[in-house]
Amino acid sequence: MATDTLVVRTRRDAPGRQAGTSRRVGLVVIGIVAVLAAAALSLAFGSRLVSLGEIADGLGAFARGEVPADVGAIAVQERIPRTVLAIVAGAALGLSGAVMQAITRNPIADPGILGVNTGAALFVVCGIAFFGISSVYEYLGLALLGSALAALFVYLVGSVGPGGTTPIKLALAGAATTAALSSLVSAVLLPRAQAMTEFRFWQVGGVGGAQWGSMAVVVPLLAVAALVAFALASGMNALALGDDVAVGLGVRVGPTRALAAIAGVVLCAAVTAVCGPIAFVGLMVPHVMRLLSGPDQRWILPLSALGGAVLLVLADTAGRVIGSPGEVEAGILTAFLGAPVLVIIARRTRMRGL
Amino acid sequence: MTAAVLTAPLDAIRVGRRARVRRRTIGISVLAVLLVALLAGEILLGRTIYPLSEVLAVMAGQDVPGASFTVGQLRIPRAVTGALGGIAFGIAGSTFQTLLRNPLASPDVIGITSGASAAAVFSLVVLHLSGGLTTLIALAVGIATAVVIYAASRGGDATGGRLILIGIGIGAMLEAVVSYLIQRAAEWDVAVAMRWLTGSLNGSRMEDLPPLVGAVIILVPVVLLLSRDLDALALGDASATALGVRVDRTRILLIVCAVALACFATATTGPIAFVAFLAGPIAGRIVGAGSSLVVPSALVGACLVLGADLLGQFAFDTKFPVGVITGILGAPYLIYLLIRTSRRGGSA
Repeated sequence: MATDTLVVRTRRDAPGRQAGTSRRVGLVVIGIVAVLAAAALSLAFGSRLVSLGEIADGLGAFARGEVPADVGAIAVQERIPRTVLAIVAGAALGLSGAVMQAITRNPIADPGILGVNTGAALFVVCGIAFFGISSVYEYLGLALLGSALAALFVYLVGSVGPGGTTPIKLALAGAATTAALSSLVSAVLLPRAQAMTEFRFWQVGGVGGAQWGSMAVVVPLLAVAALVAFALASGMNALALGDDVAVGLGVRVGPTRALAAIAGVVLCAAVTAVCGPIAFVGLMVPHVMRLLSGPDQRWILPLSALGGAVLLVLADTAGRVIGSPGEVEAGILTAFLGAPVLVIIARRTRMRGL
Repeated sequence: MTAAVLTAPLDAIRVGRRARVRRRTIGISVLAVLLVALLAGEILLGRTIYPLSEVLAVMAGQDVPGASFTVGQLRIPRAVTGALGGIAFGIAGSTFQTLLRNPLASPDVIGITSGASAAAVFSLVVLHLSGGLTTLIALAVGIATAVVIYAASRGGDATGGRLILIGIGIGAMLEAVVSYLIQRAAEWDVAVAMRWLTGSLNGSRMEDLPPLVGAVIILVPVVLLLSRDLDALALGDASATALGVRVDRTRILLIVCAVALACFATATTGPIAFVAFLAGPIAGRIVGAGSSLVVPSALVGACLVLGADLLGQFAFDTKFPVGVITGILGAPYLIYLLIRTSRRGGSA
């Protein structure tokens, strides 16, 4: 009898599940194609107008490891590292946002809102000003530490009181912490004109400063963090049902949440160290992906990575075309896209007050 | 017997009211004295301390070698700008907080000053305008920002968190614009850039003051005239209507005045962090509940700006713009307020 029920249930569910899965696989395929298409656009279009032939020549020269001769080929070779960085950084930010939203069960959790960017900024700036740091490793280490502390602080402040983290509490805690930390950043920088100039450029997030050296340091770290996040996806599914249910399902809530939080912070902090603050990617992308794929984190996480990559590559490309002959940094465009999306989320979410 | 029973509570009310009035009078007097002291500090302190007679002579319009420039061209404009900016931010903040019945809903927290700030930088860096026109553009964009935030948060509970959340998001967008424009304005020196990131009184000039002076002279009396209605609105729309307040008209008028004050101040000094947010609650603590906050919050705002500016100028080896100091001091208070409100389980 029990077996019968089980069989019946499996039979009834199987077609539906298959349909859902094939649809999600389709989404992943579309995502991968979109990343490739965005990358092609990013190589083809930029501040300078370059013909398709020159782009092909430039790519060939790059593949053969030659030094590019003509202007078009140079432009293409400049676009290659930034395209790669945009893919990597976008994927990391999208994934980071998805992880943070999952573990805080809060729709507006985002590296920018959690104060991660400013925490990274403060520590990097202090490192430059007081300890004369210069290597990528030192930048990265300090950015990670600052981000983690800021994120922890904002999350703690935002989760005080009954009801846990509400969107408003989190946003306000983030805004206040960001304001305080940016004031401290200014206080450290003001007496140091050189550091101030550097910071002004870092403060506008973008992938224009892409260099293979710093990417080589960051990418392995991002890869490890991404793998940890993916491995915890089903645990995060359980967390979405509430801590009590998760415990009932045999999930070790504390370690799962802590590990996922570390992965989420590492993902966005490493990106912040290399690109500067890029806001709202982590906020927007997971929401769109959740709408498309349903609530299963095992699909939301990889789709958010793909979506983040597409968004950042397109934002960077659009910024170069709009800003030609200069560029509008990707962080500006994502902020412009992100604010309306936040408005939509705020309108859809039932406000619980503080 | 009945008369005695009736008069006893009335006496108590009367005593209570008298105590309130006394507290308010004392509080406002202390604030006024503090403001005068801070103004004196702004004008008298500096690398060179001029004799009081010279300072007074400069203020009387006489030409004194040295002091005329340092005091007349640098310190007095700085002091006046700081005081007026603080008054404007203070009144704007407390008016918003009272109208929306929410201590977190001040124009700096919900992104309105970011709109004015972005517009001012755009006007200076891209359009190469300055002076009155910049102020007008900042005002227009600040009001537009307020309208957008209000419109986007409509449909829910108007006093609630949605407005704050949306304001923070739109503020973040506008701050990205400010960073971008400042980064583009490479030839600008750091101090000018800082003004639009955090707010500063550095380089205040008499010729930049007329818009702010005009705004304060015209708008503050309007808010004062409406302050009784504002307090009625704080009780809720129904109570205010019952008290004879024309709710919609009064609210729109007050919001326009508060937005305009915040925008004029931002266009002159940059978005001095948290002054608008802090002035109302501090004023409330000083004069006590149930008392109009317009005048005390104006005084508190001015004292905050001038006090923080003096700290920034003289307390450290480096001179810090006023916004850096208010940012560092103000944010912990916002976090404290957030934690306290959350603990009580109250709604924002």
